[in-house]
Amino acid sequence: MFVYIVRRLAGMMVVMLIVAAVVFVIARVVPGDPAAVMLGSSATPEDIAALRGRLGLDQPLLGQFLIYLQQIARFDLGESIFLNRPVAQALAERSELTAMLTLMSVGIAVIIGVPVGILSAAMRGRWVDQAAIGVAMLAASVPSFWIGLTLIKYLAVDLPWFPVAGYGPPDAGLLERLRHLVLPAIALGIPNSALILRFTRTSMLDVLGDDYVRTARAKGLSPLVVVLKHALRNAMIPILTVIGLTAAVMIAGAIVTETVFGLPGVGNLIVSAVLRRDYPVIQGALLVVSAIYVLINLSVDLLYAVVDPRVRY
Amino acid sequence: MASLPAASATPAPSASKARGRSPAALILRQLLRRPLVVVALVLLAAILAVAASAAWIMPYDPMKMDILSRMKPPSSAHWFGTDEFGRDVMSRIMQGAQLSLLVGLLVVVVAAVFGTLIGLLAGYVRPLDGVLMRLTDALMAFPDILLAIAFMAALGPSLFNVVLALGIVYTPRVARVVRAAALVVREMPYVEAATALGAATPRIVFLHILPNLMSPLVVQATFIFAYAILTEAALSFLGVGVPPTTPTWGNMIAGAQQYFQQADWLVLFPGLAIVATVLALQIVGDGLRDALDPRLQKVT
Repeated sequence: MFVYIVRRLAGMMVVMLIVAAVVFVIARVVPGDPAAVMLGSSATPEDIAALRGRLGLDQPLLGQFLIYLQQIARFDLGESIFLNRPVAQALAERSELTAMLTLMSVGIAVIIGVPVGILSAAMRGRWVDQAAIGVAMLAASVPSFWIGLTLIKYLAVDLPWFPVAGYGPPDAGLLERLRHLVLPAIALGIPNSALILRFTRTSMLDVLGDDYVRTARAKGLSPLVVVLKHALRNAMIPILTVIGLTAAVMIAGAIVTETVFGLPGVGNLIVSAVLRRDYPVIQGALLVVSAIYVLINLSVDLLYAVVDPRVRY
Repeated sequence: MASLPAASATPAPSASKARGRSPAALILRQLLRRPLVVVALVLLAAILAVAASAAWIMPYDPMKMDILSRMKPPSSAHWFGTDEFGRDVMSRIMQGAQLSLLVGLLVVVVAAVFGTLIGLLAGYVRPLDGVLMRLTDALMAFPDILLAIAFMAALGPSLFNVVLALGIVYTPRVARVVRAAALVVREMPYVEAATALGAATPRIVFLHILPNLMSPLVVQATFIFAYAILTEAALSFLGVGVPPTTPTWGNMIAGAQQYFQQADWLVLFPGLAIVATVLALQIVGDGLRDALDPRLQKVT
């Protein structure tokens, strides 16, 4: 197990190094001078030269990349051009909201996806199964921003059950904050529940055909016990994988949802940075989100051993 | 944004010719056996027909403003209502269909061409496998929408750049599927025979391996088409995709946000257009996957 973890961590480092290179390249493919693009048409040549110096753009490309890697190694993601403070600080300040939104959305996606997926597999071929597959496809086809706008219209404006936008006043308590996140979490959770539902169904179908499930049925166990106790436990690995992947996808999905609901999270910060061409923030956010994405994948792999005793490394 | 469903890497069985029917005819027959797929195919054909003939069938000029008719709800004169400038929403959706489908199609072409090349190289030229797969791993470590936004931030908003950015985003997914299928096909006796006969590598790769990878490629392309439409809409909605003056479905929804509470049709109809197109593509993609991979017919 230890060797496996070390090997996976080493592999992750290689991937992250390439990720850093991609992030570095993205900011360099800007047509023209990135410093001039960032400062806009009213910038003087002196301002541009100063920013070039500050960002290290006057160095050779390889030198710039090495400086960039050194900065990352020190967890220094640079300075935001427009916020005038470290990118890491700006991301950290907004990460609480995005983390809560992601967690709530994962919760909603799991609450919908896993039970319906199990039911669908258990009732394979019947109308419940067909309906579940149809609903999953529909959910995966709906843009989250469209769901968000529809929820605002009907559940926040027409029926004022939830706040229209924002994260509440600065002194708002946890419950008030969570109330602000209910609609965004539904908007983000519904499209992502589709993937969990389909994986749960497929994984359960694989297991339900196994001999030991047939034996359990032959022993006279109730269908509920067979499905939930015997089959589900062994079907959990792919389900856990997809929940982990979905959580990672949702962090990025929050970009759109936070914009719809005017939530001051990481997603909103990224969109503002893109519109202002604040490249250090874009680079920092890309790096952090992809690192979380890779880490979630690794954690899911390591969880396998805990969930399934047959898995040995 | 949902992840792409994995297309099976198994090439399609090609024993069908024995019964005198082409594989395409058999696949079509399999598809037509499923009522839902038939409905999706009809819907997709209708959407494509509307997009292709939009210039002739649009009831109004989609750019023509009519201040006296602004924000009119759906009626017999304007089936989908009018927007804040009095423009006919239905005509704009028809024009938007052209652009949204064009983006989806071009993204599929870019991702399929580059993904296939990378996948074939990785699958057949073993020394390149490690490098190319680490590169695709790294690109797949970014969530789709985030990577697309980052490219758009660097390249600037334009239709061409959206296609380029989404093409780059989806290329690794094609490459993965093609590589997996190429690894299977390269071990087949006919490839071995071609190698033994002294065929050059490009001939083996493009003439013997590539045609046998078409099944997983087509399935993956269908899903990429669907997700490219969704992601393009999201990019346009965020204001970093196709410039707002171009009436893509995403831009129409983004532009209607502030009027949505008084005129919900401005968001409802473009949204329904996205949902209908993506749903139809997903159902067809699923049907194709089942028709092309007999193992999946047993599972699902």
